[in-house]
Order: sequence, then structure tokens, then C-alpha cells
Amino acid sequence: MTTDIAANAQLYLDDVRVSFDGFKALRGLSLTIEPGEMRAIIGPNGAGKTTMMDVITGKTRPDSGEVLFEGGSVDLTRLDEAAIAELGIGRKFQKPTVFESHTVEDNVYLALKADRGPLATLFHRLNAEEARRIDEILATVKLGDRRHELAANLSHGQKQWLEIGMLLAQEPKLLLVDEPVAGMTDAETMETAALLRRIHDSGKSVVVVEHDMAFVRELGVKVTVLHEGGVLSEGSIDHVAADPRVIEVYLGR
Amino acid sequence: MIGHFLVKGLDRGVAITLLVVLAIGVLIPASNLLLPEGHALHVPTYLLTLFGKYATYATLALALDLVWGYCGILSLGHGAFFALGGYAMGMYLMRQIGSRGVYGNPILPDFMVFLNWKELPWYWHGFDHFGFALVMVVLAPGLLAFVFGWFAFRSRVTGVYLSIITQALTYALLLAFFRNDMGFGGNNGLTDFKDIVGYNVQSAGTRATLFFLSCLLVAVGLLVTSAIVKSKLGKVLIAIRDAESRTRFIGYRVATFKTVVFTVSAMLAGLAGALYVPQVGIINPGEFAPANSIEAVIWVAVGGRGTLVGAIVGAVAVNWGKTWFTGALPELWLFALGGLFVLVTLFLPKGIVGTWSAWTAKRRAARDAAPAAAE
Ligand SMILES: Nc1ncnc2c1ncn2[C@@H]1O[C@H](COP(=O)(O)OP(=O)(O)O)[C@@H](O)[C@H]1O
Ligand SMILES: [Mg+2]
Repeated sequence: MTTDIAANAQLYLDDVRVSFDGFKALRGLSLTIEPGEMRAIIGPNGAGKTTMMDVITGKTRPDSGEVLFEGGSVDLTRLDEAAIAELGIGRKFQKPTVFESHTVEDNVYLALKADRGPLATLFHRLNAEEARRIDEILATVKLGDRRHELAANLSHGQKQWLEIGMLLAQEPKLLLVDEPVAGMTDAETMETAALLRRIHDSGKSVVVVEHDMAFVRELGVKVTVLHEGGVLSEGSIDHVAADPRVIEVYLGR
Repeated sequence: MIGHFLVKGLDRGVAITLLVVLAIGVLIPASNLLLPEGHALHVPTYLLTLFGKYATYATLALALDLVWGYCGILSLGHGAFFALGGYAMGMYLMRQIGSRGVYGNPILPDFMVFLNWKELPWYWHGFDHFGFALVMVVLAPGLLAFVFGWFAFRSRVTGVYLSIITQALTYALLLAFFRNDMGFGGNNGLTDFKDIVGYNVQSAGTRATLFFLSCLLVAVGLLVTSAIVKSKLGKVLIAIRDAESRTRFIGYRVATFKTVVFTVSAMLAGLAGALYVPQVGIINPGEFAPANSIEAVIWVAVGGRGTLVGAIVGAVAVNWGKTWFTGALPELWLFALGGLFVLVTLFLPKGIVGTWSAWTAKRRAARDAAPAAAE
């Protein structure tokens, strides 16, 4: 039964447990993302959302549980961050992290899908196809006119967008996006929702972690509510918003 | 591929520095050899040797700037790689003495005869060949750096912890090389050299040639490191320096990149050490002293971390100051050096060259803006 689900899933987590010095950050988290699906994950602070992303991307090894990719064919718990990135899982951090002393375009250039070996990078020359991809991505994230500036000079929202651009440059199959609209204005938030929907429409699986309910509504996709390291509720936004357990968790504090 | 790679390393600052270094490399020995002693422009031999030493320090500083300035690896043990290159060259020079030593043993260096050793230890074999010694000059430091990097970077040791273990590394080597039974001349090290590839190490021509080669190494070192930092690999190094885990999640194997650049840097430092030894005429365990490695960090900081050219400028400037100071006020040198480091950190955080570049860039921007405002 479970193997059937795993065989059809883009990403499959089953009974994943993580503890930090005895503190249980994930307690039996199970989650399935279908190929091409976009999923919103919400949950109060400390629910384990970032830890879940750490587990998927190889930063944190789970104490137990299964983390499988691409129809259960790859066990992510055995790979390191670089190998997982190369497999096609891209990640945007909660705190925007771009390469501040590189220009905006170099940030994208470094993220472009290409041979990551030291020798290949040493002798690599930017080719026409790559230049075209960089133009295209910068246009998508609306940073074309700032391409020669240092990333350090971007505003907070622009850094978030640049990071999403870098994600796109990796050409991942699955994007994990951690709180992309934190610190954004309402207009920027709506634009970011539209951008993520466009990325999803281009055929990629997307997992978006977010607090902002208006943003999650705007995405209009299936929602998973995490609480204390496990799934509390799952379904449409209206379904979970009406779930008494969810109401208690959100309003009870 | 290599040609294009090197050309990319040439920007204006690098090109000017290359020309200056090469001009010095030719003109100073020419003045020493061709001008009569009383001539105003005659460079005396002691200065030739002193400047030659500075040039090897400049190469060490370049090597350090490559890892520290561009990849954020603050090595407090780079003197160890310099010293290992120096020892490899020293071993060759010892073997060249042959039966001209005090004890006249055709095979064994004097210190081994003195210790009653009957035969050459296995690791001294081959060092009678210059080519072999040259290979070891890069291989010994390179291998150490590779093994060290392999363990340290894969275990993700970073920041202060990494700096401390690099310091421990050079200190451990210091203690090891002090021991007579290591077979590297113990406390006294290797000295009393006679010839290098058939030429007397003391002769004017040899000194001039070694000086030129030291400047050439600075130039080649600058060109190669500049090409590295301007390549895509160089951008990855800077990315690692700025946001290591981001780089990892984009798919670069950070530990591999660090190990590679650390190894390349150690090899360059080894070459510098190999040119240092025949010019100063001795290599002893003191070269592994932790303070030496820390001084190298100060040269880079003073000249401008992450600028390459600044590493050269800093190494020469600080050592010039050291030469003057140790002549005039020897007991105050360490205080002066410490004070210099504090002052630079506080008031010139970008170092001499970094501050200069920022200043000229600002002036250029102001000049570009002025006509626009006038319109
Ligand atoms: N490396 C860590 N060491 C110790 N505790 C951690 C670590 N990472 C996360 N935690 C704890 O695990 C819990 C879940 O954190 P996190 O996944 O960041 O939550 P969320 O992203 O949902 O706000 C929090 O209580 C946090 O303090
Ligand atoms: Mg979080």
C-alpha cells in the first residue's frame, strides 16, 4: 500500500522522526507530493517546517523514517546536499541567502545547471545558451535592470526574488520554498504568488512553506498543516481553516 | 583553453603589477652585476638577497590570499607549506655538497655522520636529482594540504576551529623537525650549501638568477591566481566565502573545492619556500614557527585581503618595515607589528590596495556623474 503511494510520488516522506538533544522536532511526519503538484505547508512557529526541508535536502539526517524521491527510486537520507541538489531538488531558505559580493547575474550564473566539478568550473566559459537562460530568468524575477549590481544592494524582497531565480536556474524537478513572502509588501506578496504559480504551471513540483494566510489563499492549492512535528490536517484551505484542531492550534495560543 | 584561461586573469591592476615585478626582476640584478660598486644606482648584493627574500614572501602572501581572501579559509599554518618546499630544496642542496662537507662523506650530509648514521634514510633518496627535488617541492606541501583538507573540510571544520588546527599543524611540524631522529638536521636544519645545478650558490650570477626567478614566480603566481579567481571556479570560491551552505544547496561540493584550492595554494607556497632557501642559505625548524604564519596573515591584511596585488604589496611593505625596525628598534618590532594589525583592521579594513581601489572607483563614478549633472 505505502509502496504504491511511494511509486507514484515525486516526494514521499513516511514516519520521519528527528530530535535535537532530546527535543523532538519531527515526530512521525508523513507527506506525499505528487509529480507536478504544488503544496502549501502552514503551521505555527516551531512546528518543524524548516526541519522538514532540512531533512529533504540532506542537511539533517532523520533518526528514522523514509524519505524517497521520484517514485521511491532514490533514498534521500543517504545523499549529501550537493547530490540532492544535482538530483533536482532546489531550495530557497527562510532567510534570503544570496551571494552578496557577486553581481545579480553572477548569482544566477552560478546556479545554472552545469557540471559542478572543480575542473569543469575552472575552464568553464559562459556560452550563448547560458546567457539566454540568464536573461530569461532575470526577466522572470524582474531583476533585468539590476543585473550588474551587487546582490548586497538589493532590497529584502528583491533578494527573495533573486533566490527564486537561482532556484529556477538549477532547473529542479522539485522546489522547496521556505517563507518566500516574509517581509514583503502586499503587492510583492501577490506577485510572488503569481510567480510561484507560473513556476508550477511550467510543470515543476513546488512545496511552499508559509505563515501568511492571504498568500496561501492566493496560491489556491492543497494545504498541509504541521503542528509539533506532525501533520495536523490536510486538504483545501477552506477545509483546514474549518478544522477545529487547526483553529485550536492557531487561536489557542 | 589554458591560454584563454590565463588571459582572463589579466586586468589593468594585474597587468601593471606584472610589468613592475618583471622590470624589478631584471633591473635590480642588472644593476647589481653591471654597475660599478660606487655607482649611485648600484644595488649591493645584500639588498639583492633581501629583496629576493621579500619576493618569496610575496608569493607566500599570494598563496594565502587565494584561500583566505577568496574562499574564507583563514590558514594560520601556511608557513608550514613554505617551509616544506624549503626543506625539499634544502635536501637537494645538502646532497650537492657531496664530499665537500666537514666529514667528507660523499653520500651522507654532515649532520648524519655526526649522529653516527650509517646510511641515507629512504626519504632522502632521489634528492640528489634536481628534477626530483623540484617535484617534491610542490608534492610534499601539496600532499599535506590535500590530506589535511580532505579531513578538515569534509568534517566541515570552519572558522576559528579551522584556523586553530592549521596553527596546530605547523606547530606539530615545528616540533617534529626539531628532533634529530627525524633526519632533517634537527635544531640546526640544513645549511652550508655549496652549489645549485652546478653553480655556486654564493656567486653573483647565481644570486642574480635566483632573484629573477623569485620575481618571475611572483608574476606567474599572480597571473595564475588571478585567472583562478576570475574563472567560474573563482566565483564558486567567493560564493563559499559568502554563503557556504547556499553554495552546497546549489549543488557544489564545498569540501572538494576547498581541498582543491587549499592544495594549489600550498603548492605555490612550497615553490616560494624553495626559492627562499638558496637565497638565505639555511632552512631550519624555526620556519615552522606559528608566528611566521601569523605574520603572513598580517601582510595580506595590510595589503588588502582578496585583492591578490595587495598580498604582494603587503608582504613587501611589512617586511621592509620589519627590516628597518629590527635594525633600529629590534625589541619593539613585535609591538609595531601588532599595532599595525590593529590599526589596519580598524582604519583600513580593506587594506592598502582595497582602499585604493575603492577610492579610485569613487572618483571615477564622481567624474562620470559630473558631466551628466552639467547637462
Ligand atoms: N539545529 C537545531 N538544534 C536544536 N533545535 C532545533 C534545530 N533546528 C530546529 N530546532 C527546533 O526544532 C523545532 C522546529 O523548528 P523549525 O523546523 O525551524 O520550525 P518552523 O520552521 O516550523 O518554524 C523548533 O523548536 C526549533 O527550536
Ligand atoms: Mg521555519
